[in-house]
Amino acid sequence: MSDLEIVKEFLVESYENLDRLDRDLIALEKDPGNPEILASVFRTIHTIKGTSGFLAFHQLGAVTHVGENLLARLRDGLLTLNAEITTALLAMVDAVRQMLGSIEATGVEGERNDQELIARLTRLLQPKAEADLAPPGAAPAPPEAQRTDPPPPAPNVGDILIKGGAAKVSEVYEAVEQQKAGDPRHVGEILVEKGAVKPQDVLDALNLQQQARGPSASDSTIRVDVAQLDRLMNRMGELVLLRNQIVQFTNASEDSGLLATSQRLNLLTTELQEGVMKTRMQPIGNIWSKFPRTVRDVALGCGKQVRIEMEGKETELDKTIIEAIKDPLTHIVRNSVDHGIESPAARAAAGKNLEGRLFLRAFHEGGQVNIEISDDGAGLDFDKIRNKAIQKGMITADQAARMTEREITNLIWLPGFSTAEKVTNVSGRGVGMDVVKTNIEKIGGTVDLQSKPGQGSTVRMKIPLTLAIIPALIVTTAGDRYAIPQVSLLELVRLEGEQARKGIERVNGAPVYRLRGHLLPLVYLNRELKVDGKPQGAPTNQSATAGDLDFSAVRDKHRQWIDTLQLVLDGKLAMTPQQAGSHETCALGKWVYAKGLKEYGAVDEMHVLEKTHKEFHNSVRNVLLHKSQGEESLALQELDAVTRISHRVMELTTSMERKVLESQNANIVVLRADDQQFGLVVDEINDTEEIVVKPLSKQLKSINTYAGATIMGDGRVALILDVLGLAQRAHVVSEARDRAVAEKGSQTLGAGDGNQRNAVLLFQYGENGRMAIDLSLVARLEEFPRDSIEVAGDHEVVQYRGQIMPLIRVSEVLESKRRRAAEAGEESLHVVVYADKGRSVGLVVDRILDIVEESFVMQPQPERKGLLGSAVIQKRVTDILDVHGLIAAAAGSPLSVGVSASGVPA
Amino acid sequence: MANLQQFCTFFLKDQFFGVPVQQVQEVIRYQEMTRVPLTPQVIRGLINLRGQIVMAVDLRRRFAMEDRPASQLPMNVVVRTDDGAVSFLVDEIGDVLEVDEESFERPPETVRGETRELVRGVYKLQERLLLVLDTERAVCGAEGAVRTAN
Repeated sequence: MSDLEIVKEFLVESYENLDRLDRDLIALEKDPGNPEILASVFRTIHTIKGTSGFLAFHQLGAVTHVGENLLARLRDGLLTLNAEITTALLAMVDAVRQMLGSIEATGVEGERNDQELIARLTRLLQPKAEADLAPPGAAPAPPEAQRTDPPPPAPNVGDILIKGGAAKVSEVYEAVEQQKAGDPRHVGEILVEKGAVKPQDVLDALNLQQQARGPSASDSTIRVDVAQLDRLMNRMGELVLLRNQIVQFTNASEDSGLLATSQRLNLLTTELQEGVMKTRMQPIGNIWSKFPRTVRDVALGCGKQVRIEMEGKETELDKTIIEAIKDPLTHIVRNSVDHGIESPAARAAAGKNLEGRLFLRAFHEGGQVNIEISDDGAGLDFDKIRNKAIQKGMITADQAARMTEREITNLIWLPGFSTAEKVTNVSGRGVGMDVVKTNIEKIGGTVDLQSKPGQGSTVRMKIPLTLAIIPALIVTTAGDRYAIPQVSLLELVRLEGEQARKGIERVNGAPVYRLRGHLLPLVYLNRELKVDGKPQGAPTNQSATAGDLDFSAVRDKHRQWIDTLQLVLDGKLAMTPQQAGSHETCALGKWVYAKGLKEYGAVDEMHVLEKTHKEFHNSVRNVLLHKSQGEESLALQELDAVTRISHRVMELTTSMERKVLESQNANIVVLRADDQQFGLVVDEINDTEEIVVKPLSKQLKSINTYAGATIMGDGRVALILDVLGLAQRAHVVSEARDRAVAEKGSQTLGAGDGNQRNAVLLFQYGENGRMAIDLSLVARLEEFPRDSIEVAGDHEVVQYRGQIMPLIRVSEVLESKRRRAAEAGEESLHVVVYADKGRSVGLVVDRILDIVEESFVMQPQPERKGLLGSAVIQKRVTDILDVHGLIAAAAGSPLSVGVSASGVPA
Repeated sequence: MANLQQFCTFFLKDQFFGVPVQQVQEVIRYQEMTRVPLTPQVIRGLINLRGQIVMAVDLRRRFAMEDRPASQLPMNVVVRTDDGAVSFLVDEIGDVLEVDEESFERPPETVRGETRELVRGVYKLQERLLLVLDTERAVCGAEGAVRTAN
């Protein structure tokens, strides 16, 4: 072995030894006389000292030499361990670590002056009078449970011989006495020499003893280079993919031999995969083992007493994950001691134990590792946090006043946030918690904090078990397959036809589904990804309406024509052919062309419907034509034709409706993101598979909806959806930076007083005019296709929920010179519906901008009609609409009296 | 002494391009692509290259040329970049050519738009001009577009 290798091994072993030293010293502090620990600590330091001398690391040797002396005294009972000694020894451990680090980096110990440390350790060699003071940082041991019993030592050879009947008690006793008197030999040897037992018996006894001791640790483990394991994992991933492909091929085969072999390959690969994954698993105790020291140091530094308890330290995690959470966990632990747990005085005042308790817990659940860190400290001081946030300008006083405890709690995750009055060495610089959250989320985990004032706080983390190979649900939307990690999957819901139509309700336009009483927001995958079954690059069809056709309304309308035409023929109603519209302007016609023909198969049926509908409208126009030309009898004949065709249209639309409903089955995948549930609507649900997660290239990583890609069994690539990213994009969960700020879209309806906070709807009129209307006045936001606007008298109206609703164009009312913005190109109008006493009025706006809640001061503008005034909202000058005034003005028109005699159905 | 450099060449419409051979991992026929929604048109999708997932960039679109006819399937020129392999979709593959450094010239001022950014220079060959593609820029441009799109 070369020198370099020797040093490398020395370093690796020494680091491990130092970690053990940390643990042992802490344990020793609680149990100062424990001989086993003392012996272990001594041996460790002795080893380091020896090897460092051998490798000519003299400074290392000097420091450890003094430490060894100190430990010798402790071991021999000449000194009792106390806090001061422990601290000094720990300081020695740190110094050794530093030197090792330097050796690792540069090959030498580096420039050092350890004189102070050596002097300190030397000083402590003298026993002090007050050696019995209870150390402040350690737990006073409760009287009964003094020391944990050392594990029962392996039975003595003498005892085994007696038990086995090979020797007599008296003989063994004599041998033992002889040994005590100075005979250096083993008991077994003495007995054999005396002829009391046979050599074979002794050998058997030794074997039994060895078995009782258990295999020595050094025999049953080996060191493996982590990079080697990574390579193994990669190959394993490739194997899993190949296995998937082979299984797919063989499933299509009839050859039973092939099937059986493929099945064995399948099982073997799964076992192998599990085995390889296990090699990289480490118990979380590896990180936790450092915490007793950390807690001790921090507690001493703040003058607090803290006890640490752990449960589940054998819980295993993949090595990369352990690396990733090491720092976050450390930060949280330090935070709890420094800020969470109160000083002994404060605790006494609160009636708590002087000693605080930090409880670490880890367990597997639901495919994830859960880690909980709880303390019984003072919990979060909500007021303090509120004030700090206001002070830093993160939120306004108003927002703060209305935030829930939960929202305030979440403020701590913001960058730059810290309520520590003093920035200590330990924490308080305000760079901790946000980094913790980011790091945990980077590996696909979640972290959450809950607090009860006066009682304590708990930080909960959930982390995926492994990143590389995961079970996933495969779904299809718009012809492409996507994989959804099963860890986020809660359940699958399938709604068929009528159920789907009725089950999916809307809250202010947002689709939801009632899942066992709770509202589940729905996200349509095809809409989020902006795909619609068309090949990428094809222009999307702008006139396709969001929902489908209201078939019964369509049928009513077409039936009404017959009545209308009758009225015309009776001279009670005047209508020109132009006013009757055509098959293209009619809602049914438009649906057929925009969606029906393209999406609902049954192309033949659709054509028949189209043709018949066309005939119908032609006939209608003919009736009007004849009538206007005075040809009464022809008109009557044509009316008969209309009636007949109308029946046909009825039949066809009914059957079409059934088809549309059938194809409207909804597949809802209920997912969980960030503790929020939502339903993802997809076209098809395929099956669950184990997939290998492959990272996306740098360019694609930035798209938050994808977590990676995988290769399916048929060799094609499928994207893996990032559930949290998808939820954020769909606004089901608020994005990180919005989390702490009170939502904009508050629903509280304020009065129109300009001084307090009001919720207003902002919209645009004209080219860049901004206007606001009190949100409490708004019933609904609607969009009407331009062609649905009809004229009654000289007012514009639109049919709306069985009523005729007058439309008021805001830009016109204001008599401003602003042009109607590009109206010729617009397909539909944005209308703000105001409802009062069962009547509705529609305000036509150019664009709806936002719903905001702000406090603003309104300046009245009496010279401008239709306005209450103007104010600065969202930093822009905004007019405040006088809705009531407008409606009062509109009420003067003949339209306000329900359906007027001049109402014109389509 | 002539300074020779080898280029892997291909056609985009009637333009003749080349990439230094050491940058090219492989040249492979049309592979089925999985489209990636929410990415700009330039990124056609992902292909499975013997277990490696590689992003495919349509060079025609990158150069703002019109799309090739639907019946014409593109070929893949897979190049090595700092962050892994990327495949460029091209019309046709040409031969590997050895060109003399002497015949290299920077693109003239009249070359405008995308081409100017993406072409390092031109080799004046006997029968035609060989445009040298700047692979890093060709890929990075796609990345920038992804970010703005999101």
